[in-house]
Amino acid sequence: MLDQVQRTNLLDIRSVCRSFPKGSGEDLLVLEKVDLTIHSGEIVGLLGRSGSGKSTLLRIIAGLVSPSSGEAKCRGETIQGPPNGVAMVFQSFALFPWLTVLQNVELGLEALGIDSAERRTRALAAIDLIGLDGFESAYPKELSGGMRQRVGFARALVVHPDLLLMDEPFSALDVLTAETLRTDLIDLWIEGRLPIKSVLMVTHNIEEAVLMCDRILVFASNPGRVAAEIKVELPHPRNRLDPTFRQLVDSIYARMTQRAEPRPLAIEGIQGTGVGMVLNHVSSNVLSGLIETLAGPPYNGHADLPVLAGSLQLEADEIFHLGEALQLLRFAQLSEGDLMLTEAGQRFAHLETDARKKLFAEHLINYVPVIGLIRRVLDERPSHSAPVARFRNELEDYMSEEYADETLKTIVSWGRYAELFDYNEQAESFSLENPH
Amino acid sequence: MNLREFSPPALGQALQPNIWDLVALILITGAMVLIVYGGEQTAAPLSALDVTPVTLDPAHLPAYALRTTMRMLLAIVCSIIFTFIYAALAAKSRRAEMVLIPLLDILQSVPILGFLTFTVVFFMNLFPGRVFGAELACVFAIFTSQAWNMTFSMYQSMRNVPKDLEEASQSFHLSGWQRFWRLDVPFAMPGLIWNTMMSMSGGWFFVVASEAITVGKTTVTLPGIGSYVALAIQQRNLPAIGYAILTMLLVIIAYDQLLFRPVVAWADKFRFEQTASGNVPTSWMLDLFRRTRALRSLSLPFEALNKMISNLHIVPPGAWKLAPEPQGQPSRIIDALWLALIVAITGYAAWRIYEYLSTTLSPSDVFGAFGYGLLTLARVFVLIALATMIWVPVGVWIGLRPKLAERIQPLAQFLAAFPANLAFPVFVVAIVRYRLNADIWLSPLMILGTQWYILFNVIAGASAFPTDLREAAGSFHLKGWLWWVKVVLPGIFPYYITGAITASGGSWNASIVAEVASWGNTHLTASGLGAYIATATENGDFPRVVLGIAVMCILVTLFNRLVWRPLYAFGERRLRLG
Repeated sequence: MLDQVQRTNLLDIRSVCRSFPKGSGEDLLVLEKVDLTIHSGEIVGLLGRSGSGKSTLLRIIAGLVSPSSGEAKCRGETIQGPPNGVAMVFQSFALFPWLTVLQNVELGLEALGIDSAERRTRALAAIDLIGLDGFESAYPKELSGGMRQRVGFARALVVHPDLLLMDEPFSALDVLTAETLRTDLIDLWIEGRLPIKSVLMVTHNIEEAVLMCDRILVFASNPGRVAAEIKVELPHPRNRLDPTFRQLVDSIYARMTQRAEPRPLAIEGIQGTGVGMVLNHVSSNVLSGLIETLAGPPYNGHADLPVLAGSLQLEADEIFHLGEALQLLRFAQLSEGDLMLTEAGQRFAHLETDARKKLFAEHLINYVPVIGLIRRVLDERPSHSAPVARFRNELEDYMSEEYADETLKTIVSWGRYAELFDYNEQAESFSLENPH
Repeated sequence: MNLREFSPPALGQALQPNIWDLVALILITGAMVLIVYGGEQTAAPLSALDVTPVTLDPAHLPAYALRTTMRMLLAIVCSIIFTFIYAALAAKSRRAEMVLIPLLDILQSVPILGFLTFTVVFFMNLFPGRVFGAELACVFAIFTSQAWNMTFSMYQSMRNVPKDLEEASQSFHLSGWQRFWRLDVPFAMPGLIWNTMMSMSGGWFFVVASEAITVGKTTVTLPGIGSYVALAIQQRNLPAIGYAILTMLLVIIAYDQLLFRPVVAWADKFRFEQTASGNVPTSWMLDLFRRTRALRSLSLPFEALNKMISNLHIVPPGAWKLAPEPQGQPSRIIDALWLALIVAITGYAAWRIYEYLSTTLSPSDVFGAFGYGLLTLARVFVLIALATMIWVPVGVWIGLRPKLAERIQPLAQFLAAFPANLAFPVFVVAIVRYRLNADIWLSPLMILGTQWYILFNVIAGASAFPTDLREAAGSFHLKGWLWWVKVVLPGIFPYYITGAITASGGSWNASIVAEVASWGNTHLTASGLGAYIATATENGDFPRVVLGIAVMCILVTLFNRLVWRPLYAFGERRLRLG
């Protein structure tokens, strides 16, 4: 498409790595040897699970984070600080609540030192283009989410960037609003009315990526890296119900649930063996509910993930979390984009509350090494109690502080549900005592 | 404006007293010693001032009130400028932060009226024989009562600017200077305005106290309401005191209606929230401004100035430059040098303090001062307990009745702003007439002005108490003692603590004027640290003033860290509703 535009490289990323310091001194690698080239006239999507480093890559391109190694060039110049000709749309909109719509849109031009008459003309043109006419003097808090993100778009477009960066721009919006905004944007793009050359968007929504992008880079986690590059050659406007579209979505689902070779110290996912496994917090209520849903009709123990995600109104990312939690606990099995209940899962679905708790506890001790460890320590100590710090330190040998927090939160909530141990928030300690 | 959005900055940052507190304490005490030392070296007696004498003619009161108000406004402008510079430095530079924040912590607990002694000496030496020096000293005293908590609030806001807005301003190429005016200042605005209001409330007390002050042989009397009252006390003129109180009432009402409310209503747009809230502050004055074209045009130059300042292309100092990420590890060598410098200065300050104080003071003086300190501590403790027993039930009763709360709340806030020291003589007359024990009966004066903080915070807490919880308590037949202990008291606890912290801090400060009182030739003294400092000031006994202030600093800081901070943390963690 847009064949009149010559194919120059807008962006060149060569073997970029990025690591962050973690609790125990060693660095945590979040991006490993990423290559990416963006030409004029294309929409490129970075698709991946949360924590796969795609947002970090976007921030490297935006000049907000610097790469640990490798080369990042925008329009032939090495990126040091936010480059010229790049503007960003934020997931959280990032509007200044004390500025009106017009003032928010003008802000970027003001920073560039553009005089007030031209500023006004360009800002009004951008507001007009994005469909915000009549809202110029409103404050962001008076607007709905969709309208706010339109302001975010207008603010980015008004500086006429060559490359528009979008960080999950629709994920904070409800389904209908997001869809309207996507179609509006694509319409403007194919009509050539957007004052930009290319778009790079981050998303974890598979359908969104297939709907909008010409090229999708699928990210794998841990460390974040490009696992696959998929070209989408369907003409715009694309139809979600088109069989080719569905096929593409299904194949990406399958690719994302497919497990790479087991890694000894996986930070995410279930393949990890030791205690250094990140546990994403999923409430035991949600797990029980999901098991019941899977066990009942129409799934009868076997569900296609895109279908399940659609009927439960969950994002791909959320359904992956749930599926992985069930797989970790051996209540279900994930493969090729499907989720199947195991025999234990079937049993769980038909048990009473107390029996469920027992089964859950059994699986926790057997399949979640860190919970098994906590229980062993508590059993061995004469006081039957242990400070949380003891386990936190151990976790932080393998993961960053935030992940350790998340993991501990999961441990506490699962442990409480299974009545394996008690947790005292004030003393920050685990114990075997239960108030009876 | 919702009270709960802002934590009392008086608590400081650190959880436990630490080495940085000590460093800050030594630096501040050292600075005081140096000022006094310099003053003594010039050896010139603080020359008598050529001031138009204050008279008790009520006709002069409007002019006096105006001058008092001007001092207040001048001090608040200084405080705001100081706040912007100090907070920006502390928030943007890690090394500056190491020193500036503990310093601020300690400065907050230095008794302001104790400061006055040094500032008078300092400014009179700066402008010998000129009224200007005395005026500056007075403005500086008010400044010291206002600036610290404003600075703290600004610093905390600047540290908590939302990440996405930070990234947005970076990615849209805002310069450090632009970012400060477009992002940091607006984001800090609600907290800053709230703290400015609290500062102004407190400031009236100190402006009144610092207009007429005696340091050694010098008596400084600046025309104003404070010196009017001082003269009335000297001449035992009770009606004059009545006039002064009346004038002050009118001044504070005018300040509230003409300045404060419009500012709060205007600042509502800076609240960082994603949805419009139902309860929007209003001001008839602001409405007038917004609706009247002539008046609105008055604000245009300000808007233009604001735009101009924020768009100035000022190259920010190195520390302000926002590197995309701290590149690698911060330099260890510079850190070490910086620490060495701090240690050296602190060591020097400690040596100067020792040298200065050891010539005149013996260890027994130190013990004596601590003994007086404990007496005042006991007073503060008992008074807060008494005020709690009275005002918590009253506040809850009022707060649970929305109509009543709406009417009482402004009154309580007004009483908190009213300088209680104007009313002191009324109490002193009673003590003198009925020959009451000064040690006991002077004490209530300490909390006269500050008890209202407890009341209005409790009212706010009770008003905010969720209706569903009240209904639940009602449907489970919770009544009497159980209702108080399990339902209401935990619900208002965080609010109460905020009020009590402010009240306790204010009482320490007030002790310097409350523990000594006079009516004509009758002088009353209650033994305590406040009286100790006040007497030393009057005698020009600087070593004892320094000692007294240092002891009060230590006690206040310890009390805050060991009592209030844990209570506040407990309230925030366990008892915070919604």
